[in-house]
Amino acid sequence: MKEFTYVITDPVGIHARPAGLLVKEAKNFKSTATFIKGEKSAKATALMKLMGMGIKQGDEVLVRVEGEDEEACAAALEKFMKENF
Amino acid sequence: METFKGTKIVNGIAIGKIKLYKAPVYEISEELVSDMKAELDRYNAARAKVQEDQSALCEKEKAAGHEETAGIFDAHAAMLDDDDVIDEACKEILSEGHTAEYAVSKGCEAAEQMFLNMEDEYFRARSADVVDLKNSMLDVLFGADTSSLQGTEPAILVAEDLAPSETVKLDKSLLLGLVTRLGSSNSHTAILARSMNWPTLIQCHDIADDWDGKFAILDGYNSCIYIEPDQKIIDELSAKQAEDKRKEAELQKLKGQPSVTKDGRKVKLYANIGGPKDVKAVIENDAEGVGLFRSEFVYLNSKTDPTEEEQFKAYKQVLEGLAPRMVIIRTCDIGADKTIDYMNLEKEENPALGFRAVRICLTRTDFFKRQLRALLRASAFGNLGIMFPMIISKWEVVKCKEILNECKKELESEGVAVGKYEIGIMIETPAAALCADELAEEVDFFSLGTNDLTQYTCAIDRQSASLEPFANTHHPAVLRLIRETIEAGHRHNTWVGICGELGADPTLTEDFLKWGVDELSVNPKSILPLRGNVRNVDLSNYKTESPKAEEKHEPVQAPKQKGFFGRLFS
Repeated sequence: MKEFTYVITDPVGIHARPAGLLVKEAKNFKSTATFIKGEKSAKATALMKLMGMGIKQGDEVLVRVEGEDEEACAAALEKFMKENF
Repeated sequence: METFKGTKIVNGIAIGKIKLYKAPVYEISEELVSDMKAELDRYNAARAKVQEDQSALCEKEKAAGHEETAGIFDAHAAMLDDDDVIDEACKEILSEGHTAEYAVSKGCEAAEQMFLNMEDEYFRARSADVVDLKNSMLDVLFGADTSSLQGTEPAILVAEDLAPSETVKLDKSLLLGLVTRLGSSNSHTAILARSMNWPTLIQCHDIADDWDGKFAILDGYNSCIYIEPDQKIIDELSAKQAEDKRKEAELQKLKGQPSVTKDGRKVKLYANIGGPKDVKAVIENDAEGVGLFRSEFVYLNSKTDPTEEEQFKAYKQVLEGLAPRMVIIRTCDIGADKTIDYMNLEKEENPALGFRAVRICLTRTDFFKRQLRALLRASAFGNLGIMFPMIISKWEVVKCKEILNECKKELESEGVAVGKYEIGIMIETPAAALCADELAEEVDFFSLGTNDLTQYTCAIDRQSASLEPFANTHHPAVLRLIRETIEAGHRHNTWVGICGELGADPTLTEDFLKWGVDELSVNPKSILPLRGNVRNVDLSNYKTESPKAEEKHEPVQAPKQKGFFGRLFS
């Protein structure tokens, strides 16, 4: 299992367009990535639920990756988050 | 004649018959099916078809250069790929034996409710996207033909609401204007209407079925629609519409044309912007650069002090989006009337003359350095100008440059790329205008902020209505300061622009050009009209040598009234 945290800097938070791209990115890997904020969580491949978490600018999210390619998946998602959120 | 009010999205006038646009309403059966496998195939086929459609709409919008609307459909395609939603639907069909229609409708309603319950307005508006996808899938499952909803002749379309994919599929040759009962100015339909420049009214609550086929005029300027208007209204608004069309056609012709006078004197026409969202308007209005990017939005839109990273992203987005055009970013100009909670600024007796802009930045250098580092990092992605506001003394400029260089050295030692950039200051205090010679030695450019310059020169608060009889936006003292600042700049090879409201004043364009102004920065919508003015100016009979000393103190323009100020200066 790999984990990293990220603080959202995008003014709108996790919004539709980049979130759509995030889903595509996550689907490139076999591992399951989960976004966690407080008591809420959503898989990186579940766009609606991900948007429904209402993640805003300044929020810290924990991303947990589990699976055979977790190393590469976590690295790719962390990079994606930095570039898009 | 009847008149109904709404909220306008786009100015402009539409005249024609009304076509009531009614999307089909489907009854979802709760009956169970026996062949669940076949039902799941139907569901998957519908989902694939709609996803394909949405991707095609995305490509179409991209090709048309509508990045923002392309993004809507890209997001729609991704929403259809949601694993959770698909899993739920499969469960409904395979375990419960429900129809594909039922599964679609139930899954989407849950998502719609989720968005509707969210706090943030942006996310609440996403419920409309879910409904759009639901209806698109139901259209496929019911085999409905939605292509005929618009009728066969050009009309003002009246609808309960329009989903983005409905809006974008509309045949533009049949669309005169748009009126909806629902919708918000944040909705994707409003975004589309703006980008297509359709006369549009939303939240027109009085829409009625019997409007269908009636003659009407949509008046975007007055946010209303006239049903079966009087002849007087028809004549008046037809003339207004014709005038709009003529003006628009003339302005469009100016796109791509140089901003040059008849005798060949060029001037740069730049735009004033407030954030990354304005990049599109800069391009659409053919601005040659950005003369004033107010960086305040990064501070005002944030609940906490914005990080270097947040600022860098915003600046980079604008610089990249507009490269190779020059983009002048003004450093933080908060304080005075623009207070921000997290800054903990003290309340002042006289805020306009108080702790603001560079005065804050030079006191709180850590805060200032965050912005400067973000700007320097962004400089690698375009053509940047960094501009310091509210300068009165040379030492302030020297200090700002010192801190900027410090940041540059830091970044370079961290191995971060820094590009080239120009340094400039706002000339918006009489002190700066009168010391322009000394200040010019320190910078590449000046930008005259005429709003503050006028307020500080005349000691007149522009917001105060009771001062109106005393206010003169063309006060000779202000015009003289402008002229002398331009001349002082040129003595030191410092180029000079104007970014205040006077820059867009057509009655002054010729004077500014005579005085040698290098750049005028105005709001994006004023670019093309201003270019038209510039191209009508002929300076060939004007002597370009600088005025002799004794002439220099003559008023540059006779005051409008011979009141106190008039006597003083004539």
